[in-house]
Amino acid sequence: MMYRINNLQLSLPDMTRKPLLGAAPRIKILKGLTFDLPKGEVLGIVGGSGSGKSTLGRAMLRLLEPTGGNIEFDGTDITYLSENQLRPTRKRFQMIFQDPMSSLNPRRRVGGIIACPLRVNGMDNLDTRVTEALEMVGLPNHFGNRYPHELSGGQRQRVGIARAIALRPDFILADEIVSGLDVSSQAQVLNLLENLVKELGLTLAFISHDLSVIRRLCTRVLVLHQGVIVEGGPTEALFASPRAAYTRELLNAIPLPNPYQRWA
Amino acid sequence: MRDERGALKRPLGLRLWLSGSWLTLLFFAALFAPLIAPKDPLMQDLFLGRMPPFWVSGAEPGFWLGTDSLGRDVLSRIVYGARLTLIVAFVAGVLTCIIGATLGLIAGYYRGWADRLISRFVDIWMAFPPILFAILLIAVLGPGLFSIILAIIIIDWTRFARVIRAEAMSQGAMDYVASAQVAGRTKLDTMLSEILPNVLPTIIALLTLEMGIGVIVEAILSFVNLSISTDSPTWGGMISEGRTSIHQAWWVLVFPLITLFLTVLSFSQLGEGLKDRFDPVLR
Amino acid sequence: MTAYLSIRNLTVTLTGGTPILRNVSLDVVAGQVHGLVGESGAGKSMIGKAVLGTLPRALTISTGEIWLDGVNILTLRASQRRQRIGAIAALIPQDPLTALNPSKRIGPQITRRLVDILGWSKQVATARALDLLAEVQIPDPVRVMRTYPHELSGGMRQRILIASAFAAEPKLIIADEPTTALDVTVQKQILRLISDMQTRHNTALLFVTHDLGVVSKVCDTLSVLYAGKVVEDARMYRFFMRPIHPYSAALLAATPTYTDPTGSLTPVPPKVIKAVEQEIQEHDMRARR
Repeated sequence: MMYRINNLQLSLPDMTRKPLLGAAPRIKILKGLTFDLPKGEVLGIVGGSGSGKSTLGRAMLRLLEPTGGNIEFDGTDITYLSENQLRPTRKRFQMIFQDPMSSLNPRRRVGGIIACPLRVNGMDNLDTRVTEALEMVGLPNHFGNRYPHELSGGQRQRVGIARAIALRPDFILADEIVSGLDVSSQAQVLNLLENLVKELGLTLAFISHDLSVIRRLCTRVLVLHQGVIVEGGPTEALFASPRAAYTRELLNAIPLPNPYQRWA
Repeated sequence: MRDERGALKRPLGLRLWLSGSWLTLLFFAALFAPLIAPKDPLMQDLFLGRMPPFWVSGAEPGFWLGTDSLGRDVLSRIVYGARLTLIVAFVAGVLTCIIGATLGLIAGYYRGWADRLISRFVDIWMAFPPILFAILLIAVLGPGLFSIILAIIIIDWTRFARVIRAEAMSQGAMDYVASAQVAGRTKLDTMLSEILPNVLPTIIALLTLEMGIGVIVEAILSFVNLSISTDSPTWGGMISEGRTSIHQAWWVLVFPLITLFLTVLSFSQLGEGLKDRFDPVLR
Repeated sequence: MTAYLSIRNLTVTLTGGTPILRNVSLDVVAGQVHGLVGESGAGKSMIGKAVLGTLPRALTISTGEIWLDGVNILTLRASQRRQRIGAIAALIPQDPLTALNPSKRIGPQITRRLVDILGWSKQVATARALDLLAEVQIPDPVRVMRTYPHELSGGMRQRILIASAFAAEPKLIIADEPTTALDVTVQKQILRLISDMQTRHNTALLFVTHDLGVVSKVCDTLSVLYAGKVVEDARMYRFFMRPIHPYSAALLAATPTYTDPTGSLTPVPPKVIKAVEQEIQEHDMRARR
């Protein structure tokens, strides 16, 4: 089991309602989630804005600390470990971020951006590994010398992928990585991810608000709504016969490129 | 899909050239003052009082920009005055920057108790009226180079701290910082290699601004004779003296004034010019 | 039906000569929606900006005509042009977060244009704003007028921008990827809202998007853009049944349709890209002569 999540809860302080003296009231974002993620699976996490899907992702990567429940990664309980305790394990779970503009340091070159995590984790042969990573995402080697703003959105996203896989992690979380891309770039990135999962034997969690990109890539799907799992199961079953009303709503909202599809 | 990014050419660094040239010139003039200055700046010769600059008839050869009412060479005095100005500018500027920016970075990136502590400190410090502070300081320590520099640092470090803290906070919210954490970087390492480079343009802009302020503060203090106590020439002092003889010898006031103006302008433009030239992020 | 907006042979270049729009021609008829589709960087937003006069400084219109309500606005002086456009055109922008001023309440942001530019009185403008907020189905419009943008959700903000766009009864609206920043359920509501309002007010609408699924729900006609050149211009039903240009067909194939179990994750094939690039090069050579 790559991940075992049990009754995960997470609240964050509501800074807009903070009184002058004292702590801010907390808003419950994750209200008790329980699910397993077996090794080698591709899990789709779907929901609208405010559903908590990004928060779930960040909790799984321990960028946020849960306020209740536990998270077990490959048998180890990582729920309340400190940064120092987590650090040695961090290279095993990586993340690809949604906005390639803010996830790549604009003042560093691509090569440096990919090499940095490698250096920190004590790996050698940095140049070779960077070249390898760029190759795996289909970018030419000389892109290593470019700055992020000299690349297109799709290319930047691929750099983000290269950075994540360079460490050869066991698990990768992809947080809405195709949301800002046009259909062609989207298709390229998704295909790339699919190949990498097979080639590198990754376990993947793919967060998206768009069910149509989930179907091809994911073996299981979790549907989140307002901090709760409303439905979860194998992809085919979910698409064939969605049980929850919210799932049906999500499916119906997708604009298919078919002029005869009338929205109810 | 074809890629027309980067088709726009970057503008020439004219700003950088001009401001950099002036400041470099000033720097070398100050450094090699004994070798460059044509005359001894302190030497008085009442027979040569109020000689005009070389292009006006009646000028005394060798005194390029004329002499003041005591017969002292204006050009040499400006060159020697540059020493004091630049020392104050650099030392005060750099120290203010280091103190303020470091505290601002730590407060803005680490947040938590460090931020609370530092921010409270800044708030309390800024509650004291700055001019009063400076006057008190000089009254206690006596006039002199040390006092001026200390006064500037004491008053202005909070500006750096506030601005850099805000920058560090907004950079800290960026995903590439989260990415560093995911990669297992320590907070200190992240602050130095991810946040600092992105905050550096602001730091440089503030630093050059601060240097310009240092120049002005020194000039004001020497104008009112609160600067260094020796006879060494100062731009502010020259301007003050020049006021009295402005009708008979305008050059005594005008040349140090122009030099002062160009220097302050150069400092402010230097920051902009450096940003334009070296910051990889195109605007 | 005559076109309300008619663009003829519009060519826009970057300083230095690189073409951004290549000989673009299209028509938008009053009361109808014309879609402008293409990948990012194809120049779709630039067309809207050229019409509204908000092209970035580095870009210039080298040739072409933009006819708005019978007048070629490119022949007008800058101030006349701005006045004319201000009176009859409006924009629904892409990002509701940055399009609203975070330090101003909602009410003044809607009424400002009406009061300052069109000279309406404050009471009339406010009444109109309230009507519009009700029309875009915002609950409790009186209270919302007094809120700040950050207190509202993305969907609500976009509704407000739509209300603002329709406020002065424009004859032409340009919607620049209005739902790209929204998630799928909110997108559906917003698209239906735009459609309804456009029909009700009989506005000509130029709808810029990269999503063919969205096009099929909203548009009557469309143009497909690649690298600033229109590669196909069609009526909606015909386009989806039988796209003519290979690039259009490839774009259609790349659009994910979850109903297809094997999924559509086919990016535009390199062969097609080569062919369309070839077309572009030939066009550029002809243009130089």
